[in-house]
Amino acid sequence: MSVRIIVGLDGTETGERALAFARDLASHYEACEITVAYVIEWSPFTFQTAEENEKRHKRREEEISIATTRIVAPAVDALKEAGFNASGVVKHGDVAETLNRIAADNNASQIVVGRTSSGSITKRIFGSASQNLVVMASVPVTVVV
Amino acid sequence: MNHFKIFSTAAATTLLAPAAMAQGIDAKVNEAFATVTGPFVNFIFAPIPGTSFPWIVLWLVAAATIFSIYFGFVQFRFFGHAIRLVKGDYSDPNDAGEVSHFQALATALSGTVGLGNIAGVAVAVGIGGPGATFWMILAGLLGMASKFTECTLGVKFRNEYADGSVSGGPMYYISKGFTQLGLPGGKILAVLFAIFCILGSLGGGNMFQSNQAHAQIANIVGDYPGWITGIVFAAIVYAVIVGGIKSIANVTEKIVPFMGILYVGSALVILIVNYHLIGWAIGQVFAGAFTGLGVAGGMVGALIQGFRRAAFSNEAGVGSAAIAHSAVKTKEPITEGFVSLLEPLIDTVVICTMTALVIIISQQLIMEETSGHYLMNEAGTGIATVGGNTGVALTSAAFGSSISWFPYLLAVAVILFAFSTMISWSYYGLKAWTYLFGEGKTTELLFKIIFCVFVVIGAAASLGPVIDFSDAAIFAMAVVNIAALYPLMKLVKAELDSYSARLKSGEIRAFKH
Repeated sequence: MSVRIIVGLDGTETGERALAFARDLASHYEACEITVAYVIEWSPFTFQTAEENEKRHKRREEEISIATTRIVAPAVDALKEAGFNASGVVKHGDVAETLNRIAADNNASQIVVGRTSSGSITKRIFGSASQNLVVMASVPVTVVV
Repeated sequence: MNHFKIFSTAAATTLLAPAAMAQGIDAKVNEAFATVTGPFVNFIFAPIPGTSFPWIVLWLVAAATIFSIYFGFVQFRFFGHAIRLVKGDYSDPNDAGEVSHFQALATALSGTVGLGNIAGVAVAVGIGGPGATFWMILAGLLGMASKFTECTLGVKFRNEYADGSVSGGPMYYISKGFTQLGLPGGKILAVLFAIFCILGSLGGGNMFQSNQAHAQIANIVGDYPGWITGIVFAAIVYAVIVGGIKSIANVTEKIVPFMGILYVGSALVILIVNYHLIGWAIGQVFAGAFTGLGVAGGMVGALIQGFRRAAFSNEAGVGSAAIAHSAVKTKEPITEGFVSLLEPLIDTVVICTMTALVIIISQQLIMEETSGHYLMNEAGTGIATVGGNTGVALTSAAFGSSISWFPYLLAVAVILFAFSTMISWSYYGLKAWTYLFGEGKTTELLFKIIFCVFVVIGAAASLGPVIDFSDAAIFAMAVVNIAALYPLMKLVKAELDSYSARLKSGEIRAFKH
């Protein structure tokens, strides 16, 4: 049975390091698939104007397309070129919750993410996405610094 | 941005006009406005022959009652389900990033929660006495069924365009629904609705808002000509709806909900501090509801005021909310109907009642000690109040009697509420406008400019003619909308039956438990 690793990217350098770590990890397995995931931070409980709501579907498509072409697709292509079995996914939602769900839906054996900087007040209070993921994940999580 | 420049230059020039002339402008605007709108207002509020009861009030309440009975009191049966829908329990995680039930509800609420809850209630209680509160709550509870009907149809018959953007509302469900049922006249009714929707957006959604915002500012800084507030407001509205300065709208959308919570919180604090008076206040509400306690028109007077202000505040049956709710992402139109029925509950049953209780408890309404009846003011137009306050000033005085700094907070809240309501209604009006004249940059710009001009007129005119026209225009929307809802309600019933059956059989399941 093939092993699946989920790598959470955020478009930063630490994300790249997480990806490199996952590659290294995957090379130890005989059959391993890497799923590159990018989560667009989104909450169903925000306040929007009627006009924003009207255009929301279109905006969502644009967001997904930008994340795919700029971040996920290049990473997947590079992995494939290097001979790995790779796929990509872009989702909206709470970062920790969504990465965990992607892992569960794909029967992944672990999640690799980069450490997010914890400078802002909100992050100090509510924790960063990687902190939250470590707390709630249903599979082992590696946080790459 | 060019338009903005021209506009602000014009505004600056006008601002330099002498102060003496300024008061004259207000008076002229007021007079002209009252003359032009008089016949329309008189028609809408015409009493049923042989009584003093306006037919429009009966029209709204009868509809809300019929919908409540026809759908087996859906507002109570599906109340819990509505809460779970808003929480997102039934939302497909794969739809994350689309408009959620919560967002559609919050957007619709920001269009309704506002001055109707603060100034409108003060008008109701100031004229109809505490008893008006009882009828307001009743109208709110029944109105939940009207809202359910129109918002289900709004989603069911919305237009979905190739790029995924959506447009919905009564004009769409009337014309498409009538075609589906093979009924004639759908197009005519839809056009009629669109015309009244434009008037409503200029009236209750605009002039009433700028009028009361000005009253609130003048109440704090002292009297000054209304058109000055009007021009400042118009310039900001213009910057948002024409200039596309999203940051202003975004900030407002985020502050307004907190203002709402702060408002209800403050009202709760006042009620808790005066807990020994709550029993008495509730007694006044019930006594006033059935006897009138000496108000003009007695029990009927209280009832008319309560129903009228409830309808103006929660807009159930008016059709406006159907426009806002249409943007939701759902495969089941009826789910948005369930969610929308929370709107009159939050707006009228909770927030309006809070305002009314604070006004009653703060004893701003002057009562004759011996008879327990309320005294009329000199003009005989309403109950005499401490300091002769009406509208938003009455609410402000009521809150201020317990929390001295509250009028300042209220002033900020009123301005923000007024602003967010204007932005919402400019959208409703625009949707009706583009339904009539087609979509296009020039036609849209024309409407937006007209909208801004009415901001100025609203601030300059006095409360009486403005509130009459605002009510009349919004109720005219209800005349058309409800007339169309009767034949269309069987389509909603079919949706309700199918959905309930599938919910019971377990075909529709929650994603979260």
